Amino acid sequence: MQDEIIRLSNISKNYGANETLKNINLYILRNEFLTLLGPSGCGKTTTLRIIGGFEQPTKGEILFEGVNINTLPPFKRRVNTVFQKYALFTHMDVYENIAFGLKIKKLDKKTIENKVTEMLELVNLPGYEKRSVDSLSGGEQQRIAIARALVNEPEVLLLDEPLGALDLKLRKGMQIELKNIQQRTGITFVYVTHDQEEALTMSDTIAVMKNGTIQQIGTPADIYNEPKNAFVADFIGESNIISGTMIEDCLVEFSGHRFECVDKGFGNSEKVDVVIRPEDVKLVDAQEGMIEGIVKSVVFKGVHYEMIILCNNLLWKVHSTVMEPVNSRVGMRILPNDIHTMKKVLDE
Amino acid sequence: MKKRNWIAYPHIVWMAIFVLVPVFIVLYYSIVSISDNGIQLTLKHFARVFEPLYLNVFIRSIELALISTAICLLLGYPAAMILASKNLSKRNMLIVLVIIPMWMNFLARTYAWMTLLERNGLIDTIVKAIGLPPLNIMYTDYAVVLGMVYNFLPFMILPIYSVLSKTNKSVIEAAEDLGATPMVTFKRIVFPLSLPGVMSGITMVFLPAVTTFVISELLGGGQYTLIGNLIQQQFTLTMDWGFGSALSIFLMILILISMGIMSKYEKENEGGGLW
Repeated sequence: MQDEIIRLSNISKNYGANETLKNINLYILRNEFLTLLGPSGCGKTTTLRIIGGFEQPTKGEILFEGVNINTLPPFKRRVNTVFQKYALFTHMDVYENIAFGLKIKKLDKKTIENKVTEMLELVNLPGYEKRSVDSLSGGEQQRIAIARALVNEPEVLLLDEPLGALDLKLRKGMQIELKNIQQRTGITFVYVTHDQEEALTMSDTIAVMKNGTIQQIGTPADIYNEPKNAFVADFIGESNIISGTMIEDCLVEFSGHRFECVDKGFGNSEKVDVVIRPEDVKLVDAQEGMIEGIVKSVVFKGVHYEMIILCNNLLWKVHSTVMEPVNSRVGMRILPNDIHTMKKVLDE
Repeated sequence: MKKRNWIAYPHIVWMAIFVLVPVFIVLYYSIVSISDNGIQLTLKHFARVFEPLYLNVFIRSIELALISTAICLLLGYPAAMILASKNLSKRNMLIVLVIIPMWMNFLARTYAWMTLLERNGLIDTIVKAIGLPPLNIMYTDYAVVLGMVYNFLPFMILPIYSVLSKTNKSVIEAAEDLGATPMVTFKRIVFPLSLPGVMSGITMVFLPAVTTFVISELLGGGQYTLIGNLIQQQFTLTMDWGFGSALSIFLMILILISMGIMSKYEKENEGGGLW
């Protein structure tokens, strides 16, 4: 059996008339890196705060190792949090910040010193003990915040968009460092972000959220390759979302053409959303394509060109390492495996 | 920036005429003796300041001001905390309630307390009505301290409130997250972070309290002389301007020293309070 450490069971949270979370069900395994991913306002931070104990769910149960902890105050929970803006204690130096939790546990001075030194090495800031918090850069403050939480050896570490305030390069470096720390310490990480790339890079499991509900839970590869609906597809990476009709199993019609695909189980002639990643469209000569279109614009993106192609009154986004000039006619081919069909989401 | 320096000139001129010049005039009077023989430099006024009689007045004034400041802090800090708490729906109204007494004339407020406190006044009537012996605190130290606390309490509440309301809530959550109970969080995080506001509050209550002469005269009945009364008497009754000036300068030095000590604490965490 899988070793489950936290379970959210039918969790709802209302602020007045606002339903921030609607019936969230989620379990977190020991030692896994789970990411709550979604746009701002989707409820991911609220979910994290419920696990941390800073918010009470309106309905539902939160279980820690099978025991209900709904009413347990934050200071009694065996989880620690890295806050969005670090929330370091500005009236203390680095050492005192990291030692705060240990002093409360009344460990002896020598042990505290050793643990703090060890932590500063783990986050690559050895010798920073006596620095004042204000003198540190954003990236350094971030590491201190992580060290301050980790030094308590929590069962679960909660991270609320911890890299949000850092610049791109620093963020990428910290992503890898965080993943390393997680693997070395074996602590369960629950990570909140709106950055899909960050989620894909670091996570073992991703839960995609929208409007207070979980849209899909799965490994990064699952979520990227087999998005459950158009929202997930669009949020995780770029995609073309086209309305189509499922003719029969493994045959879908869109853009005036019937494509072979690998999806089954829809009703015959059922309306579906078809999702195709920009990098999965192969550009060929006009007459060789399954469908054809006219290149409307080309943008150089570094590794590839991004082209917008008008085809059957729809604009397609296509990534290719070969540039086709604007206004040229091109053919497009799509492999059966790269066509993802999904049920239409009706209400929006 | 440099081009606009002239904007400050009117202020500098104003300060020079109405602050610097008077200070030097006071200083002048404190170190000369004017008699029929002309004007002579002297330290005799300052020598009088150190006579036990007058030193005692200083000590008494500082004592009463310290007591008032301490009471203001004990009452003001919880009040500021309530005002700064996040779930307060009528915050603005409560803040106005704190400030409203300051819109009224200082003398009128103090006279009002006289009517409340006097023998057979409102307070004693109520106390007697519930069967307790009358308080009779009019013209005692209690009345003076009461007057000081009442008049200066807003100056304690507002700077502390200002710092507390700016405290990042997630810092408090972080402390709880790291295992601190609400008591420990207050002791180790909230209070230390609010020290700049506390320092401002203490300064803003202690200074007017140590120099007041209206409160002690009206509520103390003039029989309990404070330093403010003593100075006032030198200028209005005994016409001993030299001694009055020496007292003022000595008080000024005391205040400068205490402010110097305060600002040492405040420097560590700047930006708090109303200064």
